[in-house]
Amino acid sequence: MQLSDTSSQRILLPVHAGTILGSFALALLANFLPWNSVALVPDFVALVLVFWCVRQPRLVGLGAGWMMGLLIDAGNGVLMGQHALAYSLLAFASITLSRRILWFPLWSQALHVMALLLFAQAVSALVRLAAGAEFPGWSIAIGPLIGAALWPVVTTLLLMPQRRPVEIDENRAI
Amino acid sequence: MEHSPPPFFNRGPAPLVRLAFFASLSFALLVLDARFHYTESLRGVLALAVYPLQVVATLPAALGERISGYFASQAQLRDENTGLRAKLLDTSQRAQRYEAARAEAGQLRRLIGAAERLPLKSQPAEILYNGRDPYSRKVIIDKGSQNGVRAGSPVLDEAGVIGQVTRTHALAAEVTLLTDKDQAIPVQVVRNGLRAVAFGAGTSGMLELRFMASNAEIQNGDSLVTSGIDGTYPPGIPVATVARVERDAAYAFARIVCQPAAGVESGRYVLVLENEARQAPPPEEAGPERDKRPGKIRKPRRKDGESSP
Repeated sequence: MQLSDTSSQRILLPVHAGTILGSFALALLANFLPWNSVALVPDFVALVLVFWCVRQPRLVGLGAGWMMGLLIDAGNGVLMGQHALAYSLLAFASITLSRRILWFPLWSQALHVMALLLFAQAVSALVRLAAGAEFPGWSIAIGPLIGAALWPVVTTLLLMPQRRPVEIDENRAI
Repeated sequence: MEHSPPPFFNRGPAPLVRLAFFASLSFALLVLDARFHYTESLRGVLALAVYPLQVVATLPAALGERISGYFASQAQLRDENTGLRAKLLDTSQRAQRYEAARAEAGQLRRLIGAAERLPLKSQPAEILYNGRDPYSRKVIIDKGSQNGVRAGSPVLDEAGVIGQVTRTHALAAEVTLLTDKDQAIPVQVVRNGLRAVAFGAGTSGMLELRFMASNAEIQNGDSLVTSGIDGTYPPGIPVATVARVERDAAYAFARIVCQPAAGVESGRYVLVLENEARQAPPPEEAGPERDKRPGKIRKPRRKDGESSP
């Protein structure tokens, strides 16, 4: 009964490094898709980074975030270090909040994630405004909101490889 | 020393220390890139690493395009063909007149001893996608340094200038649109030859003529073309039409808003011109205008002045 599908109490298999790398590659690919309106598209890499920082804070952390940020910066042709800084801060905040976030059900987790993603977007906006860019309007806050709404989907998808078949054994202790 | 934790509890440096490390690294990169542009080689290496992903990402759109092209109806194609043929007739007639005028201009130029203008080379390109940076206005085209596209080349569509190539990759290039806040283009009013510089106005999709005196002779509907004095854009290409002139006695400058002539934010097919500046180096006088610190340039000039008499 306690072992509900989404709670952190459910015992999962250990994570494969391949799952983490693959998810980051897929997120990069999603970010590089030729979207029509850039401001409305959630930052998939940030979302996946938050997920792994919350679930596996010892495997994925600031270093991974910084590296992914650099890749995004180079691929998008923006100011070098803009996303690197934003993702480092995002990873730090996610690791700090990871214990707290996992106590909540999925939708409350999504609210935390929304705050985190908005924070990362604000950091990168501040960097660009400091570098002399023009403020593109409040529509840049919509991407993080959509990203937070995708949190249950991302959680379900990325936890799938760690699930094991539910076997009901009356005599087992846990 | 006495109570050091066993090695399997060791988690490396504290999170705050790591944060300080990576944040300062990022800050260093930001300053190096924004101020000194030292990070281009690092960017090149990283861009090469993500290049396969970018190619895969643009595949679905290209595939969809092909499939929809396959199913385009015959009537649609026939209509388009008729339209294109009419347009071809119109433009070929204009081109003939242009040829005659060019020959005449060449003769006149030879008469007055001016250098003959070199013929412009151009190549067509297709816009792949919009830039993924909401803070700037850029598009990515499908021709890169392997096709001879260089940074600085002007990019046009059938109606006028849309921007300038600002960064090239092997098989793609980044074009900064005229409406970008940092993009400037030297223009000339067709009606009276008044020279000005048009700057992008950012999100509104318009251009602005800055630093024009409030009594400057300019009015609504004036069309602006490139003046060609920068050596980057060839002269006489349509840029914009003046949409609004606000003259306020309280300010020294008028506020002049222009509507771009070309489909800067729309359209698919563009023409990349070869950079003229590469063929003919800009004259010495262009130096101080481009350099932000004229003091450095002035010194050698003074020396020249002293040595020549």
